[in-house]
Amino acid sequence: MSANQHTLSVLVENKPGVLARVSGLFSRRSFNIDSLAVGETENPDVSRITIVVNADSSPLEQVTKQLNKLVNVLKIVELDPAQSVQRELLLVKVRADRAQRSQVLETVELFRARVIDVAPDTLTIEATGNPDKLDALLRDLEPYGIKEMVQSGLVAIGRGSRSITTGPALRAA
Amino acid sequence: MTRPTPETLAHRVTPATVAAAVNHAPAVVAPVATTGAGALVRSLEALGVEVLFGIPGGTILPAYDPLFDSKVRHILVRHEQGAGHAATGYAQATGKVGVCMATSGPGATNLVTAIADAYMDSVPIVAITGQVSRASIGTDAFQEADIQGITLPITKHNFLVQTPEELPRILAEAFHLAATGRPGPVLVDIPKDVQQSPTTFQWPPTLDLPGYRPTLHPHGKQIREAARLIAAAKRPVLYVGGGVLKAGATDGLRKLAETTGIPVVTTLMALGAFPDSHPQHLGMPGMHGTVPAVYALQKADLLITLGARFDDRVTGKLDSFAPDAKVVHADIDPAEIGKNRHADVPIVGDARHVIDELIAAVSADATGTERYEPWWNTLNELNRRYPLGYEEPTDGTLAPQYVIERIGQLVGPDAIYCAGVGQHQMWASQFIKFEKPATWLNSGGAGTMGYAVPAAMGAKVGRPDTQVWAIDGDGCFQMTNQELATCALEGIPVKIAVINNGNLGMVRQWQTLFYEGRYSNTELGTHKHRIPDFVKLAEALGCVGLRCESKADVDKIIKQAMEINDAPVVIDFTVGKDAMVWPMVAAGTSNDEIMFARDVRPAFDEDDL
Repeated sequence: MSANQHTLSVLVENKPGVLARVSGLFSRRSFNIDSLAVGETENPDVSRITIVVNADSSPLEQVTKQLNKLVNVLKIVELDPAQSVQRELLLVKVRADRAQRSQVLETVELFRARVIDVAPDTLTIEATGNPDKLDALLRDLEPYGIKEMVQSGLVAIGRGSRSITTGPALRAA
Repeated sequence: MTRPTPETLAHRVTPATVAAAVNHAPAVVAPVATTGAGALVRSLEALGVEVLFGIPGGTILPAYDPLFDSKVRHILVRHEQGAGHAATGYAQATGKVGVCMATSGPGATNLVTAIADAYMDSVPIVAITGQVSRASIGTDAFQEADIQGITLPITKHNFLVQTPEELPRILAEAFHLAATGRPGPVLVDIPKDVQQSPTTFQWPPTLDLPGYRPTLHPHGKQIREAARLIAAAKRPVLYVGGGVLKAGATDGLRKLAETTGIPVVTTLMALGAFPDSHPQHLGMPGMHGTVPAVYALQKADLLITLGARFDDRVTGKLDSFAPDAKVVHADIDPAEIGKNRHADVPIVGDARHVIDELIAAVSADATGTERYEPWWNTLNELNRRYPLGYEEPTDGTLAPQYVIERIGQLVGPDAIYCAGVGQHQMWASQFIKFEKPATWLNSGGAGTMGYAVPAAMGAKVGRPDTQVWAIDGDGCFQMTNQELATCALEGIPVKIAVINNGNLGMVRQWQTLFYEGRYSNTELGTHKHRIPDFVKLAEALGCVGLRCESKADVDKIIKQAMEINDAPVVIDFTVGKDAMVWPMVAAGTSNDEIMFARDVRPAFDEDDL
């Protein structure tokens, strides 16, 4: 991650249109979202949006304050990469005929990725990891020919026993 | 119900008291069978709504049926934009939540400008719109528009109602959100079949807003830190914005100013928050502010910013704004603090609490005007040298500034003045002397031409015993004058002074100054062709139409208008087209470049200043 990239965990009420409110706010205030992932939490009334945003600290503070003003936003926490686990999911379809197959499988092994679909001339590979690891995997697979790939947004969770999904606002939700 | 006076209003216009008024349930209503539309109207009644402005149409029709029997007064406007601005004018004049209503599609989109306007000026209004039935949403049905999506960036919050059962709760939440914290517009979109469905109404509902917790009380440490900076400052300024009016903090502001002896500037949104006649008042800062107010901010060593937001029209070129000043910035909206200008002491809280606590904190130092004597000497000298003024036109035409000044003097400081947007608005801000809160309504942030007539209508409905004058331009007036028909039929006797210079005057001024006098598309023909003839137009709309073309007639015609109280009055003040608004800081330049008049720069750097 570059020095200006920040990972925000945004806890929101699980209601229709909330994602549009959050993403719309970023574009409206001229911030670029590098990655976005959203899903339910252990509390079905609360969703968690993980946003990777590229910004200096002072504009970041501004966008965080603006986010906090959204009525459906319950809590925002910035996750320090050193104090959190950050993962993306990658699915990639690589050209792998008989001649190349063993080399591709070696790379898969090396990155602790998995083959999830096999065709005569391709392998489809699933990998999870932080963005740096997935970039490295893609770099190694590139020479064989990447036919198609899809990547999820980044999700992240703090290390240790503390949880960000507790607190008065969240209990009320 | 007794009508509010300016004094009681000063107490009422706080977000907290509005919230209390909104939240107090006048009656507990036991469960009763009704429809969604019935629940809507009963909720409005329970919320204490006295009046709403709107136009019926297909998808909001079910709501208009129970409204027919309700004690809530509905005022049928002629265009939905008029409904929105009327709700805004009503809210600004009374401190209560203004309400407007429209049908789906074009009805709702016609509200958009008024909603954006209320958002920029933080005015508490609730907009209720009909929507196509739930099963038709997303099918491009007749008169369908995604008004929730359209208004996402211009509302404090908005709702699409999914079931009739949630209507009372959502309406209570909408009013609570509109009125509390930093006030703002809230939209409630209600599908037609939700209005038609049977439901059970009961009151009060339980609000469910877990993510909404405005901070009203400032942090004690920050208050002490602000007091410490105030005690150390040699050239402080109280930079006062509209938040002080909204918080009902004007008495406190006066006490704070008088206790400390610090000079005060009030922004366009704060006129009336501090008496113009007060010797500590330097006037309005900004693009068309007074020389002393602009100078004071530029040379200050401390800005005590209360409910203001460092808008570009105040700061000019941001990086040369108040270069030597430390900043104490108090606002109820934490996102305003540090947005444009770094705050050395950020204070989040309601202006009334902030000011009360500041008074307590600075009183310990027992500071007085003497401490700032050199500062005041400079400012007083600037006040003497660069007073607000204007030159009589040499071509014998009527000076627009004179007309506005005389209206202010003859009508007095108890009246409410609404302005459109442009030269007339700036002259009104300069030449009418505001002494009391809630007497100046204008479109400050959005700069909405056409605001004045419908806002005046709303203000007059909210405060029927107060004289309400709109100072409008001939360009603005042609955007929304259809609401005069509403005023005539509903018995809303507003006065409209059209400052008719035959042109889009402010744009023309910029063409004079920055486009070598190439007057591209600013001539309106209201002089040359007298199209429209504003006197005939007024009469056609059921108003009294008057015309004034000479200085000698100005007083007589203003007095004549003041005596007419059974109909709206429109006065066509035919004024010269070449008058310009001065002083002026050209857009994008530094406040240091302020021009007192054309080609006249104040001498800021002389030794004696």
